[in-house]
Amino acid sequence: MSASAFVVIAIVTVAGALAAACLRKLIHAALCLVVAFLGIAAFYFLLGAEFVGLVQVFVYVGAVAVLIVFTILLTRREDEDDVGFNWGGVIVALAVFGVLSWAILKTTSLSIAPPAIEALTVKRIGQILMTDYIWPLQCVGVLLTAALIGALVLVMEEKR
Amino acid sequence: MTPTLTLFLIVSAALFCIGLLAALSRRHAIFILIGIEMMLAAANLNFIAFWRFGAEPQQPTGVMVAIFSIAIAAAEAAVGVALVIAVYRHYRTTNVTKLDRLKG
Repeated sequence: MSASAFVVIAIVTVAGALAAACLRKLIHAALCLVVAFLGIAAFYFLLGAEFVGLVQVFVYVGAVAVLIVFTILLTRREDEDDVGFNWGGVIVALAVFGVLSWAILKTTSLSIAPPAIEALTVKRIGQILMTDYIWPLQCVGVLLTAALIGALVLVMEEKR
Repeated sequence: MTPTLTLFLIVSAALFCIGLLAALSRRHAIFILIGIEMMLAAANLNFIAFWRFGAEPQQPTGVMVAIFSIAIAAAEAAVGVALVIAVYRHYRTTNVTKLDRLKG
């Protein structure tokens, strides 16, 4: 785990996230969100969780970002791209960040180096998913089905 | 020098607060969705970091929680996007300050 890789990924991720939160044009913000999600996936690779990084790329970059872009396409009106900014949110977010970083920096037991581990293979993850985590897996399947049906019901055209 | 757990937690706290900023201060419904997604991703980053730096990295509990959390985030995004589209059909706007029919 090299420090230079960490610094580069951290700068790219935070810059992408800031651009996604603050850009005026909605479509630019959605594309910057993709950059931030790719940065988070790179963090997962850096931390040795390759499978989660791949899932992050597939689900967030492949599905969620495309979903958001399609929603922008379906709801876009030129006069509404810039509908104002609430400065109270900035103060709240800065205050939360201040408190969180104060708490993190004050906790000395967190400044540890990572222990050496053997790589977590996809085979091992699959075995654990199918044995210890079989019930959560089934529940997530039911939840995804319910969410998809719910989304379809919500957007279905009403018959007149 | 390798990055410590503190650095990962600071980055993830920054991402969480940027998501909070987007969710609280933007008035466009899609920006609120973007902010919520970003906060969820920051929480996932914390799970993975604590797993990697934790006492028992052989037990991949943090990885499992992150995988399930990503699946739930996908479901949440689908429903949220459907809600935005339904709201747009009713009100012809996605500006959340104009959705005031429940206002007393």
